[in-house]
Amino acid sequence: MKGQLLEVSGVSVSFDGFRAINNLSFTIGPAEMRAIIGPNGAGKTTFMDIVTGKTRPDAGRVLWGEKSINLIGMNEARIAREGIGRKFQRPTVFEDQSIQDNLLMAVKNKRGPFPVLIYRPAAQDQARVEELAAQIGLADQLSRKSGELSHGQKQWLEIGMLLAQEPRLLLVDEPAAGMTLAEREHTTDILVEAARTRAVVVVEHDMDFVRRLNCKVTVLHEGAVLAEGSLDHVTANQQVIDVYLGR
Amino acid sequence: MTRSFVFRNPSVLIFLALLALFTLGVTAVSEGFGVGLMSTSFVKTLGKTLCLALVAVAMDLVWGYCGILSLGHFAFFGLGGYMIGMWLMYERTRGIVETSLAEAPIPPTPQEVVDAIGNQIFGVVGSSDFPLVWSFADSLTIQLFLVVALPGLLALIFGWLAFRSRVTGVYLSILTQAMTLALSLYLFQNDSGLRGNNGLSGLQNLPGLNAVPQSTVSVWFLWASALALGLGYLLAAWVVSGKFGSVVRGIRDNEARVRFLGYSVESYKLVIFTLTAMIAGIAGALYYPQAGIINPAEIAPIASIYLAVWVAIGGRGRLYGAVIGAVFVSLISTWFTGGQAPDVNLGFYTVKWVDWWLIVLGLSFVLVTLFAPKGIGGLFDLIADRRRPDRHGDDLGPDQGSLREKEAVE
Ligand SMILES: Nc1ncnc2c1ncn2[C@@H]1O[C@H](COP(=O)(O)OP(=O)(O)OP(=O)(O)O)[C@@H](O)[C@H]1O
Ligand SMILES: [Mg+2]
Repeated sequence: MKGQLLEVSGVSVSFDGFRAINNLSFTIGPAEMRAIIGPNGAGKTTFMDIVTGKTRPDAGRVLWGEKSINLIGMNEARIAREGIGRKFQRPTVFEDQSIQDNLLMAVKNKRGPFPVLIYRPAAQDQARVEELAAQIGLADQLSRKSGELSHGQKQWLEIGMLLAQEPRLLLVDEPAAGMTLAEREHTTDILVEAARTRAVVVVEHDMDFVRRLNCKVTVLHEGAVLAEGSLDHVTANQQVIDVYLGR
Repeated sequence: MTRSFVFRNPSVLIFLALLALFTLGVTAVSEGFGVGLMSTSFVKTLGKTLCLALVAVAMDLVWGYCGILSLGHFAFFGLGGYMIGMWLMYERTRGIVETSLAEAPIPPTPQEVVDAIGNQIFGVVGSSDFPLVWSFADSLTIQLFLVVALPGLLALIFGWLAFRSRVTGVYLSILTQAMTLALSLYLFQNDSGLRGNNGLSGLQNLPGLNAVPQSTVSVWFLWASALALGLGYLLAAWVVSGKFGSVVRGIRDNEARVRFLGYSVESYKLVIFTLTAMIAGIAGALYYPQAGIINPAEIAPIASIYLAVWVAIGGRGRLYGAVIGAVFVSLISTWFTGGQAPDVNLGFYTVKWVDWWLIVLGLSFVLVTLFAPKGIGGLFDLIADRRRPDRHGDDLGPDQGSLREKEAVE
């Protein structure tokens, strides 16, 4: 499809006979925000696993970018370098290392062992780290070990690392979990800002959060798209109410 | 750049200063260069200990920093020893052969000399032909190159195969152990070309320097070992100090996450594994001329396990911890197993340390792992007051209004 950044078509994957993703198709444009909702076990995380190369689908295609290259079969690192960044459901930062080190590791730069070995932080990289730290509210804590942060702060640090990679597509799995209302609002702002220049896919259970994102919503159920459209549109859908909202 | 590096890592400077002091001190009391308070054999023991400290630094890089519990680094150490040992043995034997043939009425042809050397070296394994692996034994340059290149190449090939198929954790350890075992069993065979279980001997004699007494040679080797340890330590500290160190520690703690940042985890592991194998080779090449003999038993998997024990007891993930562990445990092992430690008479039973030491060592390993995972090096945190409160964030946001734990788990 022309003008799309990511095109997932006809993807299926089974775990021990259980179909976690069932003939799923999904596209997203280059500067678009999309929310994915759906009940537990709908396959939202598995969808991200497939796009980022962690899980290999049994069937289907995942096409990326202007040249429509197929991401299936590429390893995780290669896909990340192509410009797909991912935030995990549970915050995963390097707890043993400082916030500075975490961010610096993520800042877009050469990733090979030898360039990294001789790398010395350039002024612009340091500036970028400080800018990101300010954005995620950790500016005065750069030298702190990230393991000491609260859950919400770890979530932010991970979002900061994601932005540092300067990906063209951000896959964000439940960013607001463990955050206060104020923190969630700030998270919304960061994501909306990011979506101005790149594609952002957000998985979230919190409906108020999704509403604030103010974007197109895709409802997944049993590994396939159940409904798609504005939040009001999908929440009015009887099937969606039955499988998800009516719980 | 260098200044800021040392500045950011004061422990490196302290370590280098202590190492220099130690070397000067030993030199001052040695028989070769000083007042002769210390026996030559003890100087050799200390020199060997420095080599063990160097291989422990390598082990700490690969295990403590990168999380690969390699049980093969003593094999690389041994290979380094064999590579230098071949030249030492060849050249020394040639010296002896040439002297004895010089008395013959007809001057020997070069081929006769080579045959005679072969006879001398391989007589014990019932052969006299030079195997292929000895092709370059007459060239010091090539054998020195092999000290680094052979362990490096073996590590590169092995690592490439293992890391590429994403073997990790205990499976990788078993694989490295299998490699070590295979290598040592191979070397045990007489037709391996390296004199089977006899190994290489007489390595303490430097060819062409027969007139120099061992008391002098031992101090030379002490200096060389100290220099190698200093440089190896500096290199290791530099490698782990910057972003490379960040990535490597990231791999240890969560390699999947590192991948999603776009780093090719396998290449990083391969670089570390190969680099440390080469360091181990150098350490071995300095160790065995001081030991005088190398045989395949030195390469047996148990040696690599000891190496892991040293690093664990010293404190992994910090370079000086590895040095402390290697020095402390290997010296005290020598003391206990060398019969110097007095037996303890309990009345009903006499504890002979030669028999009991291994059990004590094993027990301390278990205790350290369980109760002091930071090892001896962890004590420095107390002294330097670097110990931070063991704070880590609440598992989920502390404030009211945040989602509860059960909502955030998958
Ligand atoms: N590696 C795996 N092996 C076996 N089953 C798996 C694996 N990964 C996911 N599954 C199963 O696939 C289904 C979809 O899981 P997934 O994690 O994608 O759901 P989700 O939509 O992210 O749910 P949640 O909202 O709880 O995060 C679940 O039933 C899960 O148990
Ligand atoms: Mg999920």
